[in-house]
Amino acid sequence: MSDVALGAGGTIPPAEVEDVELYHPKSWVTKYVFCQDAKVIALQYSATALAIGLVALVLSWLMRLQLAFPGQFSFIQPADYYQYITMHGMIMVIYLLTALFLGGFGNYLIPLMLGARDMVFPYVNMLSYWVYLLAVLVLAAGFFVPGGPTGAGWTLYPPQAILSGTPGTDWGIITMLASLILFIIGFTMGGLNYVVTVLQGRTRGMTLMRMPLTVWGIFTATVMALLAFPALFAACVMMLLDRLLGTSFFMPAIVAMGQPLNYGGGSPILWQHLFWFFGHPEVYIVALPAFGIVSDLISTHARKNIFGYRMMVWAIVGIGALSFIVWAHHMYISGMNPRFGFFFATTTLIIAVPTAIKVYNWVLTLWRGDIHLTVPMLFALAFIVTFVNGGLTGLFLGNVVVDVPLSATMFVVAHFHMVMGIAPILVVFGGIYHWYPKVTGRMLNDVMGKFHFWVTFLGAYAIFFPMHYLGLMGVPRRYYELGDAAFVPPSAATLNIFMTVAALFVGFAQLVFLFNLIWSLFKGNAAGPNPWHATTLEWQTPTTPPPHGNWGKQLPVVYRWAYDYSVPGAKQDFIPQNQPPAASLAT
Amino acid sequence: MVIALILLLVAIGSVAFHFWSPWWFTPIASNWNYIDATIIITFVITGLVFTAVVGFTAYCVFRFRHREGRRAAYEPESRKLETWLAVLTAIGVAAMLAPGLFVWSQFVTVPKGASTLEVVGQQWQWGFRLPGKGGRLGTSDNRYVTPDNPLGVNPNDPNGKDNIIIVGNDLHLPAGKPVKVLLRSIDVVHDFYVPEFRAKMDLMPGLESYFWFTPTRTGTFEIFCAGFCGIGHPQMRGKIVVEDESAYQEWLKKQPTFAQMSSPSDKGVQAASAR
Repeated sequence: MSDVALGAGGTIPPAEVEDVELYHPKSWVTKYVFCQDAKVIALQYSATALAIGLVALVLSWLMRLQLAFPGQFSFIQPADYYQYITMHGMIMVIYLLTALFLGGFGNYLIPLMLGARDMVFPYVNMLSYWVYLLAVLVLAAGFFVPGGPTGAGWTLYPPQAILSGTPGTDWGIITMLASLILFIIGFTMGGLNYVVTVLQGRTRGMTLMRMPLTVWGIFTATVMALLAFPALFAACVMMLLDRLLGTSFFMPAIVAMGQPLNYGGGSPILWQHLFWFFGHPEVYIVALPAFGIVSDLISTHARKNIFGYRMMVWAIVGIGALSFIVWAHHMYISGMNPRFGFFFATTTLIIAVPTAIKVYNWVLTLWRGDIHLTVPMLFALAFIVTFVNGGLTGLFLGNVVVDVPLSATMFVVAHFHMVMGIAPILVVFGGIYHWYPKVTGRMLNDVMGKFHFWVTFLGAYAIFFPMHYLGLMGVPRRYYELGDAAFVPPSAATLNIFMTVAALFVGFAQLVFLFNLIWSLFKGNAAGPNPWHATTLEWQTPTTPPPHGNWGKQLPVVYRWAYDYSVPGAKQDFIPQNQPPAASLAT
Repeated sequence: MVIALILLLVAIGSVAFHFWSPWWFTPIASNWNYIDATIIITFVITGLVFTAVVGFTAYCVFRFRHREGRRAAYEPESRKLETWLAVLTAIGVAAMLAPGLFVWSQFVTVPKGASTLEVVGQQWQWGFRLPGKGGRLGTSDNRYVTPDNPLGVNPNDPNGKDNIIIVGNDLHLPAGKPVKVLLRSIDVVHDFYVPEFRAKMDLMPGLESYFWFTPTRTGTFEIFCAGFCGIGHPQMRGKIVVEDESAYQEWLKKQPTFAQMSSPSDKGVQAASAR
C-alpha cells in the first residue's frame, strides 16, 4: 500500500505559458446573459435542464395516472399517453441528464477543479449553451404544433415513427429530429471545450492522475459523447430526409393501412444499429459523471481517500471503451442474425467486472471511514443501493437468452429507470447539495433536504423495485392499458395504483427541493469558502462564490492528489491539493 | 443511524418481496424451461450480491459513523483485495454467462424436422401462413399485398398456391412438435409475443426473422405485440390453440389455401403482379 506515492511530493514544473487575459464583460447582458464565464454557462445549462426536466416530471405523473386508472381521465387519450412516454424519455435522457451532467456540472467544475481560469474556448462555450437552449425550445414547440409531439417512443423506431399509425407524425417527429440535431451541434461545441480544457488547461502540478474522479468521469463521458452522438446525428438527418423528401434510408417496401407507400429498399434495422451505437454509450455518458461525482461525495463526507483511485480511473476508462461494443444487446430480438448474441452477451457481461470494482471501491471507502451523514452523503448511499440494484438486473437483460422473455416488458422499464434514471438523479441531487454552497455562498436547508432525500429515495425504490415483477410476469411495456390478459392477476392493478401513489409523492418532494433551491438563496446559512472541509481546488478559491477568472492574481499550484483525507500525522483531517508538502504537517 | 437501519430493511425487504409477492412467471407452455432455469440462477447470484453489498454498506454506515474524536483510516489501495474481488466477480459473471450462452446456442439452432409457420404482422392484426401439401412456403413480397392477398404471397410462385392463409382467426398448433417461426411485417416493427412460450421475436419490415419453440401444453394462449407499432399496439392480439394432433388435423382441413382465397377475384392478383 505505502509503495504508492499518491500523497504529497513530486516536482512542480514551471509554467509553460503566460497566464491568459480573459474577455471581461462590460455590461449586465454580457455578464449574465451572453456570458462567456463557464460558471454562468453552467448555471444557465442547469436551470434550463431543470426547467425542461420539470415538464418530464409532470409527464411521468400523467402516464402513471393512466396506468393506474386506465380510461378514468378523459384528458388522457391513447395518443396522449404515447406522446407522454416519448417526450418523458427523450427529455430525461438527453435534455436533462446529459445536459446537466456535462453542460451543468462539467462547466462549473472542470475549470475550478483543474485550477483553470475558464474553459479554453469561452466564446464557443457560450454558443454551446444558446444552441442547447434553442434545441430545448424546438423540442418544447412539439407540444404546440398540429398533431402534437411525436409518440413514437423515445427510440423513434422507423417505420412507425414517420407513418400515420403513430401520433405526431405530421409535425412532432420533425421538431423532435430537428431538436436532436441542434442538441448535438450545441453539445459538440461544449464537449470539445471540456476535452481540450482537461487536456490543456490544467494548472501546474495537476497531473492527470491527480485529477478528482469527478473530472475523470465527466472527461471520459464527454469523449464518449463526441464519438457516439455523430451516429445519432447522421441517423436523425436520414430520418428527416425519409420523412420530408421521401428518401428510403430506413424504409423498405411497405403497405400501411392498405395503402402501398412510395418507399422501398431501405432498412429499418439500420436505424436501430445507429441509434443504439449512440444509445448504449449514452447510458454511460450519464453514468460516468455520476460515478465520478459520487466518488468525490463519498470520499469527502466519509473523510477518507477514495479506495483504489488508480483502479477507479482505469475502470472509468475501461467502461467507456467497452460500452462501444455492446450496443446490439438492445437488439437481441430485433431480427438481426441471432448469432451476434454470443458476442454481445459476452462483451456486455464483461462490463460488469469494472463496474462491480467501482461499487466495491465505494463501499470500501466507507470502511473504516468517519462517515458524516450529511445530505450529499445520504444521496450517495442511496445511489449505491439503486445503482447496484439496477446494475444487477442488467445482468439479466444482457445475458441474451434471459433477455428474450424479459425484453419489451416492464422489467426493462424498471431496470433502466433504476440504473440510469434514479441512480444518476440521486447523484445530481447529492452534487447539488454538495456544491450549492460554493455556487451561492449559502447552505441548502437541511430539514427540507432530508425530507427531499427520504421521499425521493424510498418513493423511487417503491415505484421501480416491484415493477420488475410485473415484467417478470410478462406485462409488456408501451401499453396505455393492458385490457384483458388472462396471465395477469387482478392484484397487478393494485400494484399499479400503489406505484402511481408513490410517484405522486416523489414528484411532490421535487417541488420541495425546488423551493429549497430558491429559499436558501436568500435565507440559507452562510457557508464560508469550504463548508465540507474538502481537498479539491474548487473549495480553495480566494472568494466564494468564485468570480470571473476564479483565482484572483495567482493560479493555484497543485502538490498532491485529490484525496488527502485523514492523513496520519496531519493536524486537520484534510489537506487541500494546493497545500505545499512542508506546510501540511505544520497546520 | 436511521439510514443504516433503512438500508438493511431495503435489502431484507427486497428479498422478502421476491419470495412473497404474488407476481411471478406465468406457467410455462413451451420447451424453454432452460430459460426459466437461467433466470433462477441469475436471481440467486444477483440476489446474494445485492444483499451482501447493501448489507455491508449498512454495517459500515453504522460502525463507522461520525462520532466525536473519530478519525478515518488512511488506506489508498490494496492490490491484493482489489484483485481478489475482481476475480470473484468474474467467476460470478461466468456462472451466469455460461448457461446463458449454452441455452442460446439451442435457441439459434432449429431442430431438424421442425414444421414451418409464418407470422405476418400489420397494423394491428396477426396473419399466419402454413405450408400446404407441397410442404413449402411460396415466396412473398409486400408489393403483392392487396385486399385479396393480405399477406403478399407471390401469385406467380407455384409453391404458394397450396399455402394455408389464416387472417383474423385463431391459429392452431399441434402439441409436442417443434415449430420454426418465420416472421415478417407488412408495415412497421411488431413483435410476436406469447408470455407462456417465453420466446419472442420482432417482425422487422424488409427482412425475415426466425425463432423456434415446441408447444408442450394444450390450451389457448393469447398473442401480444411486444414491439411498439403505433396507436393500436395494445389491441394487436391473437390466439393460439395448442391441441393434440388429431384435433389439429381436423382444424387444418377447414382452412383456406391461397389459391382458394384468390380465385373469386383474379383481378386483384393480376393488378398486384402487374405493379
